Amino acid sequence: MSGPGEQAEGGAGDTLLEVRDLHTRYSVRGSFFDRLKGRESGSVHAVDGVTLDLRRGEVLGLVGESGSGKTTLGRTLLGLVEASSGSIRLEGDELTGRSEAEMRPLRQRMQIVFQDPHASLNPAMTIGALVADPLRFHKLVSGREELRARAVEALERVGLAPASEFLDKYPTDLSGGQKQRAVLARAIILGPDVLVADEPVSMLDMSVRAKILELMLELKDELGLTYIYITHDLATAKFFCDRIAIMYLGRIVEIGPAPEIYARPEHPYTAALLRAIPEPDPRRTVPRDLPRGEVPDAVIPPLGCPFHPRCPKAFEVCGWESRDLRTLLEERWTRLSQDDYERERALIGDLDLLDQPATEVLLPAAEGGAGEEAAEVLEAMRAETPDDPFWSGVAATTVEPGGVRVRFETPREPRDIAVGRSVVHCHLHDPGAIAEAERIRSGKGEDA
Amino acid sequence: MNANGNGNGEPILDVHDLRVWYGTGGEPVRAVDGVSFSIGAGETLGLVGESGCGKSTLGRGVLGLLPDAAAVDGSVRFAGRELVGVSQKEMHDMRGPELGLIFQEPMTRLDPLQTIEAHFREALHTHRPELDKEEVRRRSLEALAGMGIPRTRFAQYPHEFSGGMRQRIMIALALVLEPKVLIADEPTTALDVIVEAQILGILADLRRNFDTAILLITHNLGIVAEACDRVAVMYAGEIVEEGDAREVFAEPAHPYTRELLRSTISLETTGLNYIPGAPPSLINPPPACRFHPRCPSAMRVCAELHPIEVRAPAGQRVSCWLHGPESEIPPGGREELERRQFLEAEEA
Repeated sequence: MSGPGEQAEGGAGDTLLEVRDLHTRYSVRGSFFDRLKGRESGSVHAVDGVTLDLRRGEVLGLVGESGSGKTTLGRTLLGLVEASSGSIRLEGDELTGRSEAEMRPLRQRMQIVFQDPHASLNPAMTIGALVADPLRFHKLVSGREELRARAVEALERVGLAPASEFLDKYPTDLSGGQKQRAVLARAIILGPDVLVADEPVSMLDMSVRAKILELMLELKDELGLTYIYITHDLATAKFFCDRIAIMYLGRIVEIGPAPEIYARPEHPYTAALLRAIPEPDPRRTVPRDLPRGEVPDAVIPPLGCPFHPRCPKAFEVCGWESRDLRTLLEERWTRLSQDDYERERALIGDLDLLDQPATEVLLPAAEGGAGEEAAEVLEAMRAETPDDPFWSGVAATTVEPGGVRVRFETPREPRDIAVGRSVVHCHLHDPGAIAEAERIRSGKGEDA
Repeated sequence: MNANGNGNGEPILDVHDLRVWYGTGGEPVRAVDGVSFSIGAGETLGLVGESGCGKSTLGRGVLGLLPDAAAVDGSVRFAGRELVGVSQKEMHDMRGPELGLIFQEPMTRLDPLQTIEAHFREALHTHRPELDKEEVRRRSLEALAGMGIPRTRFAQYPHEFSGGMRQRIMIALALVLEPKVLIADEPTTALDVIVEAQILGILADLRRNFDTAILLITHNLGIVAEACDRVAVMYAGEIVEEGDAREVFAEPAHPYTRELLRSTISLETTGLNYIPGAPPSLINPPPACRFHPRCPSAMRVCAELHPIEVRAPAGQRVSCWLHGPESEIPPGGREELERRQFLEAEEA
């Protein structure tokens, strides 16, 4: 993303890492049965056009739910996953397209800490050997004595002191917090510039999380580190990060200074995430106005804005399509009694016809049934939830012999819009999208 | 501890002085060590504490789901009936229709080879054999639809659903038998925050609409504040504080509760706090008050005598010498305890 929100602000240094329109796709082969049934294999767009700048000395949070692409983005930045397209520059040096051998010297400058400290440490090696291993691997230090001396230094820096008590222990002898300290010691031993920390505290007990985060802040100051903090936890991110990028289905939907994101979330998704966090404040109650459903399938993401099917503020141009019609109908059916459901179900044909994304679709009547019957169900839906944002996206409905044809407004891809010091990927802030929606509304008014 | 419900008549679940040991060859692990609490109909009790303090063992102990190597002592009364010591068969028959359970990972509880509908058929056939085929079907479908599972998907298999959907299916499966008590062990830990809030909303509806008594085991204090009427704080196998969730959170009486709240990172957090040290081994826990080595308020008496349960000013039960009883504290007992310093990396 670019724009005023990306301009340097007080305290943060020059740009260390420059990411431009980065895409990472995974191919999905599909199961044996999928292939038998002739279903095509596709690809998951795990990172879908990410642009950001990482400034020297800052902590940038990549925040999102599972499936948001935050972990893939972190791994792509380190070259652990190959970028499909786009550019990653570390102080001007292009990182994409490098071979493993060409990548290796750069790994010394960028290190990663994973979520599960237990899985990150080879159980057959001593802590001393594990921590010094990067020095040996990169052939920076050879002598046994020097390796040991450097391991001692790193261990004491992360609070595993006196180091002599830990050097010859094995990972299983350490508590979860101590293991994560050992992982941090190994990550800093090469003197990196950037540390990508992927959920570094989420497997630890509440009482230990604060301690590890505090240690990371100390290390950052002492060693001049820059962090990318990947998390699903908005509470730790608020405390820990200078800037926050909120991710949803592979895209950054909002990025800006942490205090602003929390005080004035501009994207409806950010606002929903913040409302959903359970707070240890007894005056709060469970919020009722949550987005419906879950993060959708990334193989065939929603048209238009990927958040539109769940968004309480979505409007005409956000990307309404066939699958949204199915979701709404199925939601309605969960509210009907079994008898009413069966009566209504009998009027509608094969719902799978709605599963391919399309801006024009036939809600089929049952075999041998009349199109009016399908139209009747559609009208019952509208009568039950007339205020659902879905209806704003319905351009026209026409009854046909085989069902009712629903035509949706043309979906619009969200653009990055500067709002204050943040950048928001949402039509609500796009004057062009607002104007188009108003044109549609006045057109509908004339028809009526 | 003497426990009472919130005063709305007989508690539906009444646990008294429950003890659970695991014999592991050597010294026994005292995972639950003299725990008492009760839950009334329509009430939700949150059970919190760090990992390894015995929360899950307590939940399993109530349900009779402990491994053979575990020994149980004390009393668990469900609707007036003693559960400790009943046969495996009797306990098995009660789980489901009387005592429902929801676990963290629903995938391990659902049979991958059975459709969702078949799970419900089987549960109802086993526990409610008097229902006819049509009634079984009606109840199953209503339970699933009530949890927001699309009706067109009832014939699908567990793997075809998302994590949030699977947890809704598990809740529906527990509820279709209309249990009077529901034990939920970290039911939202594996879920995303919005889905978690959706599930908490479902649990809140349950206690309002069905009069279900819920024991909600969690490490997340935010969830307790939002979803529970009362809270019990567990440390090293004991309940150290129990009372009205709002009162306990507003005015924690036990230093452990206070430090646990202070170390929780929330949106309101402005400074990092943590509890030094780690929860003790349950094989050989510290004498007297088990929290005293980590307690910032520890007094001499705390290392000498096991605390006695008292009522704190805000009304909760608390086992901490800071709240007396004064008559039991020996002379000089209130003086500050000299303790060893914890190393920086001494932690869980």
